[in-house]
Order: sequence, then structure tokens, then C-alpha cells
Amino acid sequence: MIDTITLEVARYRPEQETEPTFERFEVPFNKDWVVLDALNYIKDRLDGSLSYRWSCRMGVCGSCGMMVNGEPKLTCATFLSKYVPGPIRVEPLRYFPVVRDLAVEMTDFMDKLKSVKPWIIRQEERPLSEGEYLQTPVQLDNYKQFSMCINCMICYAACPVYGLDHHFIGPAALALAQRYNMDSRDQGTDERLDLLSQHEGIWGCTFVGECTKACPKNVDPAGAIQQYKLKAATEWFKSFLMPWGRK
Amino acid sequence: MDISSHDVLLVGGGGAGLRAAIAVSETNPKLKVAVVSKVYPMRSHTVSAEGGAAAVIKSNDSLDEHAYDTVSGGDWMSDQDAVEAFVKEAPEEMLRLEHWGCPWSREPDGHIAVRPFGGMKKERTWFAADKTGFHMLHTLFQTSLKYNAITRYDEFFVTKLLVDGGRVQGVVAIELMSGKIHAILAKAVILCTGGCGRVFPFTTNANIKNGDGMALAYRAGVPLKDMEFVQYHPTGLPFTGILITEAARSEGGYLLNKDGYRYLQDYNLGTPQPKPVLRSMELGPRDRLSQAFVKEMEKGRTIDTPYGPVVHLDIRHLGEKIINTKLPFVRELCLKYQNIDPIKEMIPVRPVVHYMMGGVHTDLNAATALTGLYAAGEVACVSINGANRLGSNSLTELLVFGARAGKAAAAFASETAEPGSHVVAQAMDEQRRLERQFLSKTDGRESIATIREEMQATIEKGAGIYRTGDLLAQAAQNLRRLQERFQNVAITDHSYTFNTELTAVLELAFMLDVAETIVQSALQRSESRGAHQRTDFPKRDDEKYLAHSLIYRNEDGSSRLEYLPVTITRWPPAERVYGK
Ligand SMILES: Cc1cc2nc3c(=O)[nH]c(=O)nc-3n(C[C@H](O)[C@H](O)[C@H](O)COP(=O)(O)OP(=O)(O)OC[C@H]3O[C@@H](n4cnc5c(N)ncnc54)[C@H](O)[C@@H]3O)c2cc1C
Ligand code: SF4
Ligand code: FES
Repeated sequence: MIDTITLEVARYRPEQETEPTFERFEVPFNKDWVVLDALNYIKDRLDGSLSYRWSCRMGVCGSCGMMVNGEPKLTCATFLSKYVPGPIRVEPLRYFPVVRDLAVEMTDFMDKLKSVKPWIIRQEERPLSEGEYLQTPVQLDNYKQFSMCINCMICYAACPVYGLDHHFIGPAALALAQRYNMDSRDQGTDERLDLLSQHEGIWGCTFVGECTKACPKNVDPAGAIQQYKLKAATEWFKSFLMPWGRK
Repeated sequence: MDISSHDVLLVGGGGAGLRAAIAVSETNPKLKVAVVSKVYPMRSHTVSAEGGAAAVIKSNDSLDEHAYDTVSGGDWMSDQDAVEAFVKEAPEEMLRLEHWGCPWSREPDGHIAVRPFGGMKKERTWFAADKTGFHMLHTLFQTSLKYNAITRYDEFFVTKLLVDGGRVQGVVAIELMSGKIHAILAKAVILCTGGCGRVFPFTTNANIKNGDGMALAYRAGVPLKDMEFVQYHPTGLPFTGILITEAARSEGGYLLNKDGYRYLQDYNLGTPQPKPVLRSMELGPRDRLSQAFVKEMEKGRTIDTPYGPVVHLDIRHLGEKIINTKLPFVRELCLKYQNIDPIKEMIPVRPVVHYMMGGVHTDLNAATALTGLYAAGEVACVSINGANRLGSNSLTELLVFGARAGKAAAAFASETAEPGSHVVAQAMDEQRRLERQFLSKTDGRESIATIREEMQATIEKGAGIYRTGDLLAQAAQNLRRLQERFQNVAITDHSYTFNTELTAVLELAFMLDVAETIVQSALQRSESRGAHQRTDFPKRDDEKYLAHSLIYRNEDGSSRLEYLPVTITRWPPAERVYGK
């Protein structure tokens, strides 16, 4: 059993450096520690200026995604022991602009989430006094998986298409759109489809499926995109056959 | 300095903050709303809540029963007018969330499903598998995107409330991305900053739960209420403190000591049955279960581990199917973080600091003692939770009192003048303070982590599950000393870009203040009630202490306490009976 393990941590302080560098830190090795524990050890005892995001430490808030030895990971759910004897290289999530050290800029991602209209759209609201919309467990299962996304952005860091073209709306946003489309209470599919059938929307995806492989929550964004494309293609086709058919 | 102005400003984008923001917009769509949050809203700690949210919906249940369970669960410290309003508005609020798309678990026929929960006599806890808070928060966040009147200030850290002429008129916040200081003015401010579990060393609470809003209000002269009541949850994973939801017990899990014995039967909590019985044994209230653990430990009947003594939570008999459908997150957490599979193995657990019953003193409409300032959610104390919160009442509380706060603040802002210019000068002072005390400070010697760890050890020793006057007095002294040492804290990071050392030091300052209010309030309460157990005063004393404590900050940083009688409407104080 080893006593310590080395982390090579990407540093970037825009007021000091023009480009990112790596700094080596040696931390105690504890089999119960995740990569995030090691970062916290560094921050508390070795270098208080190291900056990164984290909060829940239980894999649900989505804050702590980083590249660990080249792969996008939730650092609070990635054990040091997996990388023995080290070193472990920790970098900010790929394909996003770096703000500082391990923290990346998120506004593009946030705008993309909003752009798919991720809320229940209905022609007519049922008054609360009439109770809940009925939804059977089977209907719930239709969209449940897509509702499990924690917005960790790991799928974007895994997606070669997003890496090349930031206009691509990307896996999590598409899964979110599909989460509402497949919800029996929602009637907004057409509205969202109009939005997304533009080329930046879904057509960019070349079905590499890296997003689904990387996703720590089994959301299967690639599956969502697949469903979406099929639907969009059919609708597009139908619009030629019977232009009055939609709407 | 950047200056902006809104009608209503929310500090906090968790469940309470988002519900309140939407309520403002629905009450008066013309009002400009700002949501200021130190993390992106969907990172807020509401996301971690697992088990469920209580509201009467089934025909075998009644509002009175929900109210009674809450009042007796709170050891008669809850204000009964608040509880009555809460249980009455809960079902509609929960339904509203259903209409907004929350993926509630369902009965086969499509109706909402409910599960039993600790201290509740009927099944009334709505759930979304065991990721209830996650789904509620994402539903609220996604729905909030629809309202154009809501402007978000994501990753803005609030350092001060701006108060002038006896009324709150905005906040000062640091934009983390750039380090810029902003004065964000508003006619009304609602605090929704959540709890303060991080004051303690071992907690289920996320890194961001530092009591910020409690300290902000306290420093502005607003009293905090019932701060001595801190909830330990009986089942946290050792080392990480990750919560194993009460739902594991309501689905039928057993708590076993080192002899495999369901020890709760020795503590006046009923007799063991194979199936879960409501308000009995493993479904007793959290304070009593956590206290029973300490007694077992004292009898040498717990199991030692490198991370402290534990007992076992056994859910193996529920079988793979129930575990996978009703408790998938429990399994995921055990597999990932404890390296055990609860289908085959028992889960090691120990009590862990979980929830703050106390908080900023508010009335039924979430208004505080300071004009224009409101508070809702875990930061606030209305109080419905009394001396011990029942699991699954908190998520519902976010909705009911978040909505009430939003409506009240909207009404207030609609008839109030714009903030004055005086507060801008105050904001400039705050900017200078932040510069001088932290950003340009180079001569400090004390490490942030050391002071934080000593504070956590101090409060656990003095104000843990069992307390005594002596230990509390010692803790109070230690905290004073830590406050002094904090003046000499070392700052190594002088950058303006995403400076998380700066936020850590500001959070530590908040926590030190909050820790002192907890210890002082506990020291003054010479009785045992709910989560506040004094071994030197083991009995409940309704003569003297059927009253909320209100702690105020004095000019010199010391504190003073006052008491406010508990509101009793229909349920006179009685003995708490479980397992019968
Ligand atoms: C692990 C766990 C499980 C739980 N399970 C349940 C359950 O099953 N049922 C139940 O009823 N309750 C449960 N609870 C309790 C419940 O989840 C919380 O009480 C509730 O979510 C708190 O919500 P909130 O909106 O008050 O605060 P939070 O969700 O904590 O949000 C606080 C917000 O304030 C912001 N903020 C804080 N300080 C500042 C600052 N200085 N400047 C700017 N912004 C700031 C944060 O960014 C955040 O947006 C659980 C709690 C935990 C820890
Ligand atoms: S789809 Fe998966 S990887 Fe992508 S943001 Fe959501 S949880 Fe993260
Ligand atoms: S810290 Fe919340 S997901 Fe890792």
C-alpha cells in the first residue's frame, strides 16, 4: 500500500499567467478518498489559492466535473485508488473556456438549456382544483431517464461534435428537450421541434455516442438525440406530403 | 462599483428561493425580480434531498392529523397557527409542482403515490423515487426560465444587507467570475439561503451550507429564533456523512446494534414488527432515534470503525426489486461511496448533523423584524418545525412559505418607494472593508482550515446530541477566542477572478457568528426538549420554556436573548408518545 499519491493539477490565473500550466502536489493516499477530497486537501493545507467548484459531494449537484487523466469525470465520485500509483492529472472540463484553474465558463451551456423551452407547455392549463394530471408508471418511465440529468456538462466534454462546433446544442440540452416531449402532460413537442430542427440543433450529431458512455447518471443523451432525429425527419418529410398536416 | 435596481431580490436559488421568485412574478408580473445565488440555482442544496415531501392528499388522511404529527414531532415548540396554515396550503403547492412537471412517483392508476415517513401517522409523503429534492429543484428551476421578469445573478456571493432608515434596500454581492463588487438594490429582499450544517464537522449538508443568510440578518440586527435546535439524522454513512434517506426505513429497513438486535425497542419506541408500523420503532422521530444511538454507544453495543462507532441499517429483506424501484439512489450511494451492495450487505450508519430547526425569526407571511426583509426555507424559522422537524416537512415548507414570502414581498414592493441613494455609500464602505480585511491583506497568520476545524470540533463537543451547561460554557469561550484569532486569518489568494479562498473566508466568518448563536441559545435553555437535550436538565419545562428563544446581536459582537411564547391553538402540550 502506498502512502502518498501525486496530483498534477492544471493552474490558470488570468492575472498571472497567459496560458495554463501544471502544478504537482503530493497528497496522502487514502483508499476512501475521491479526487475531490485530494483537491480539498490541497486547498486546505498546501495551496489555498487553488480554485474549483464543488458542493454536494454525493454526485447529485453536478458542480465538480473535471478531466481526470484525460476523461471527463465527477471528481466526487472518482476514487483515487483507481489511479494508483499515480500521478493523476486533473484539468478543467474540455471544450469550455477556462475561467480560472479548474473552473470553466458555463453561460453557453446555461443558454442552451433555456433555449429548448424546458418547461411544461400546454394549450390549456387544468385548474389545480381538478387535481393532478394522471400519469401511469409506464408513462413516467417514458421520460424518467431523461429527467435524471444533473447538468454536469460531462457529456459536452466528451462530445467531439461540440468540440468542433460550439453552435451544436449538445447532448444534455437535447435530452432535456426530449424529457419534456415524452412527458404525457406536455404539449410542446412541435414548438420545440421547430426550434431544434435547425442544423445547429440536432443535425450536427454524428452518432458517436460518446456522451452516453461518459454520462455518470445513465441519462443516455445519444438515445434522446436518436429519437429526436427520427421524429424530426418524419415531420420534415410529412411537411412536404401534407403541408397543412402540421398544426 | 456596478449598481442595479430591482423590485424584489431573492438571496438564494434553492427550492425556497425559486418558488418565491415565481410567486412574485405571478402576483405582479410587472415587478422586476432578481435571484442572486452563490452557485448556479440547480446546484443548490435542495438537490440532495432524497426521501420526499409531505402533504395530505389521500382520503384516509386529514389536515388535523398532519398538524398533530408535526406539533407532537416538534415537542410542542411549533407555532400552531403556522402549522395549520402549512398543512392547509401544502396539498395545493405540491399539486402545482405536479402541474409544472415534477416527476412524482405514481400509483398504477396514475394518481400520486405516497410513502410512510418517520413520525407521521399516515402515509402522506410524496416522492420522486429517492431523488425528490433533485426533481423538485430542477422542475422549479426549469419552470422559472419561463418568467422573463426574473433576472438571475448566478455565482454572485452576497456579503451584506443594505439597510437605511429602518428598512432593507438591497445587498452587496461579489461577482465571482470577475471579482467585481455590485450594489444590487431592491425594495424588498427575501433570504432563502438554506441551513448551516457545515458549522459541524460531520454533516449531510453540502459545502455551501454555511448559515450565510442567518449571519447576514443577525448582523443587520434581526433576531434569530430557536437556534439551539439542531437536527441529527440517525442514518449517515460514516466518513462521508452522506445521508441514507429515512425512506429506507419507511420501506421496512431495520436498525440493528452489534448483536443484530433492533435496539430501538429498549427506548420507548414500540415493539418490533416485521413490517414497518407508523410512528413506531424505526419510524420514530429523528431526535429520539439519534439519542438512542448515543445510549447504545455508551452501553458498548455499537460497532467500531475507523470513522467512529456505527450501527447497521439492514434493508436486505426488502429484496432487489423494491430496492431498485423505491430506493435506487440509496443503492447507488452505497455502491459508489461505501463500496457495499445493500441488497446483500448491511449499511453502516451513524447520526449526522442534518437540519436547522432554528433560523431567522419570521411571522406567518415570512416577514422578519426588519421592514422589507423576508425569509423562507431552511434559513427561516416560522416556526413549524419546533424542537424537531419531521422528515419530509422541509421540502413542503420551501413551497408553502416560499410562495407566502413571494406574495408578501410583491405586495410590499408594489407600494414602496425606490431605494434611496444613501445605501450606495454604504455599499462603497462594504467594498472598502472587503478590500482591506481580505483582498489586500498580507499579514495574517492563522489558517482558514484550522480555525474552521477547531470551530467544528468545539461546537460538536459543546452542542452535540447531548449537552451540559459546563460544556456549552466552554464552547462559548472557545468560540470567542476563535473569533479573535479569525481577525488574524491568512489570505494567500489576492486575485479577483473566481477567488474561492475569499468565499471560504467569508463563509467562515458567517459560520463563526452562527455557531455562537447556537451555543448561546443552548446555554440559556435549561430544559430538554426535542433535539435539545441537556443532561443537567433532563426534563421538559413547559412552565418556563414553552417559548421560542430570540437571539440578538449587540454592537460589540456579544449577544442577548429574549423569549417569545409559543402559539398554541388546538393542541395543548402533552407527552410525546411513540410506538403505541
Ligand atoms: C441530504 C439531505 C437530504 C434531505 N432530504 C429531505 C427530504 O427527503 N425531505 C425534506 O423535506 N427535506 C429534506 N432535507 C432538507 C431540505 O432538503 C432542505 O431543508 C431544503 O432543501 C433547503 O432548501 P432552501 O431552499 O432553504 O436552501 P438551499 O437549497 O440550501 O439553497 C440555498 C441557496 O442560497 C444560496 N446562498 C447561500 N448563501 C448565499 C450567499 N452568501 N450569497 C448568495 N447566495 C447564497 C445558495 O447559492 C443556494 O442557491 C434534506 C437535506 C439534506 C441535506
Ligand atoms: S446528460 Fe449526463 S453527462 Fe450530460 S449533463 Fe446530464 S448528467 Fe451530465
Ligand atoms: S460535488 Fe456535487 S456532483 Fe460532485
